[in-house]
Amino acid sequence: MPAVIAPNRAAIKDPEMRTVYADVLENLIRKDKRIVALDADLMRAIGTFKLWDQYPDNIIECGIAEANMIGVAAGLSNEGLIPFAHSFGAFASRRDFDQIFMSCSYANLNVKIIGSDPGVVAQLNGGTHTANEDIAMMRAVPNMTVLDVTDVVMARQILPQIAATNGVFYIRYPRCAVPRVYEEGSSFSVGKAVRLRDGKDLTIIAAGIEVSEALDAADILQSEGIEARVVDMFTIKPLDESEVIAAAHETGAIVVAENHNCHGGLYSAVAECLAKTCPVKMEQVANKDRFGDVGSLKYLMEEYGLTAQDIVRKARAVLGR
Amino acid sequence: MTTAEEKRLKNFAVDIRIQCINEISKVGVGHVGGCLSIVDTLACLYGGIMRIDPKNPGWDNRDRFILSKGHAGPALYAALALRGYFPMDMLNTLNQPPTNLPSHADKNRTPGVDMTTGSLGQGFSSAAGMALAGKLKGENHWIYTLLGDGECQEGQVWETAMFSVQKKLSKLIALIDCNGKQLDGTIERVGGNLNYAAIFAAFGWHVIEVANGHDVKEIWTAIQAAKERDDRPSVLILHTVKGKGWGYAERLENNHNFTVSPQQAAEAAAEFEQQRV
Repeated sequence: MPAVIAPNRAAIKDPEMRTVYADVLENLIRKDKRIVALDADLMRAIGTFKLWDQYPDNIIECGIAEANMIGVAAGLSNEGLIPFAHSFGAFASRRDFDQIFMSCSYANLNVKIIGSDPGVVAQLNGGTHTANEDIAMMRAVPNMTVLDVTDVVMARQILPQIAATNGVFYIRYPRCAVPRVYEEGSSFSVGKAVRLRDGKDLTIIAAGIEVSEALDAADILQSEGIEARVVDMFTIKPLDESEVIAAAHETGAIVVAENHNCHGGLYSAVAECLAKTCPVKMEQVANKDRFGDVGSLKYLMEEYGLTAQDIVRKARAVLGR
Repeated sequence: MTTAEEKRLKNFAVDIRIQCINEISKVGVGHVGGCLSIVDTLACLYGGIMRIDPKNPGWDNRDRFILSKGHAGPALYAALALRGYFPMDMLNTLNQPPTNLPSHADKNRTPGVDMTTGSLGQGFSSAAGMALAGKLKGENHWIYTLLGDGECQEGQVWETAMFSVQKKLSKLIALIDCNGKQLDGTIERVGGNLNYAAIFAAFGWHVIEVANGHDVKEIWTAIQAAKERDDRPSVLILHTVKGKGWGYAERLENNHNFTVSPQQAAEAAAEFEQQRV
């Protein structure tokens, strides 16, 4: 069924995203022995540790050596295996960027890179472990698909799709439990944005943890008489340009909300698309080019201006109110 | 190895040298030094050591070769062409678009190239990945990978060295082309001379030093010795000369990447012919 908002989503308590990741991987491995999960000493962090003994030929511990891990993944792919390589987003993007670029994308191989705990989701691991530039980096690499996974329903659907699709994927993926957005049974297509809620006054384009905030913001705006369209742009590259252009044509104003630096991420992708075809007033909710910090998710979202209230303020601003 | 075998390989090396310098002279510039230092190794690998089928470059059971020092592409291309992976005249297109022979080896463009390389250290990792895949699939082929001594300054090389031993990748055979030089000067001046044999041994590799990295018999024997261990990867430390075989190239202080005119290629070819047996 088309992807829709889960009714009563606020009341739903989902398992941690990492539990879902491990479950999905296990199912994939059981169906297809070519699936291999690599890690750089963070299996306990992402939840795949429990699979190690049971699937020794499919769980590859690489130790604290991310660059080699990506090279090994490329080599495995070159021999027909299907690698999922994980580290925290900060390391999965920054420490092994050249390896992803050359051994994976440039070499046109089949490698899925999981960059967990994007942006503020790093929480107590703080600024050194915060990935606020991974989208910017990966967008500029040809032969690369970039995603930011929204919730458990999407994860369960999209990870198998990615496993079955040849190519290089960089996937932002939180480890903790995140607010539910989607109804069970929702289906997704890599590259196709989800219009979660329609509206005529403006569009909020969001990804990852900002999607739930965008929906909350739309509720608040509705009570002020503002009808906001909400779009989940979970595939950031390639951008769903037709959805972006429709938002510009049909609603005339856009707020982009992302858990990433204000430079080079989803906002930039949307602005690049519209600048040449249909420039409209835009505002952004994003990290304003600051390093991350330690804190709870709630604290960090408030500190860095990534909450529903921040989206509401920017929505009013983009409408000149 | 019989005398006839040895002669055959020596002459194959002569042919590779002639074609490699000729290739580079067509575009006018190339990584001459590091190409010439690995020719004798390539002659052994592509002259009989490796189980390959030039008519079937993707043959599943083939031995694989990953040129981690990817800038020596021209030397590899010469060996591949001479073995029949692609027509000899394709060598004339080196680095001249629209070519399928780019400066750095690319598996998606050149038949016979097993992995795309160029950024140093990365080929070694992917070779380990390919060796791991072979092990997981219960396959029997060998995976050879060739690195430069300058390349071993990359940290990734040591990540892979550690990984390969821990995973017991016994079908992985690394070859280090220790020609003593890199772009900015001697290894000693730039990165510092290190005893790679001792370091690889400390990491747990089976190490075979090849005192003369240009002696096909010594290289051949070393590779046989490498294959004797089935519990760990092996590495050949090849002591070579950057620019080997062409006096002008050997004597040139900065012989990493330089211009080669058709006239110079002819002179080099004449010199290589003297090495035929």
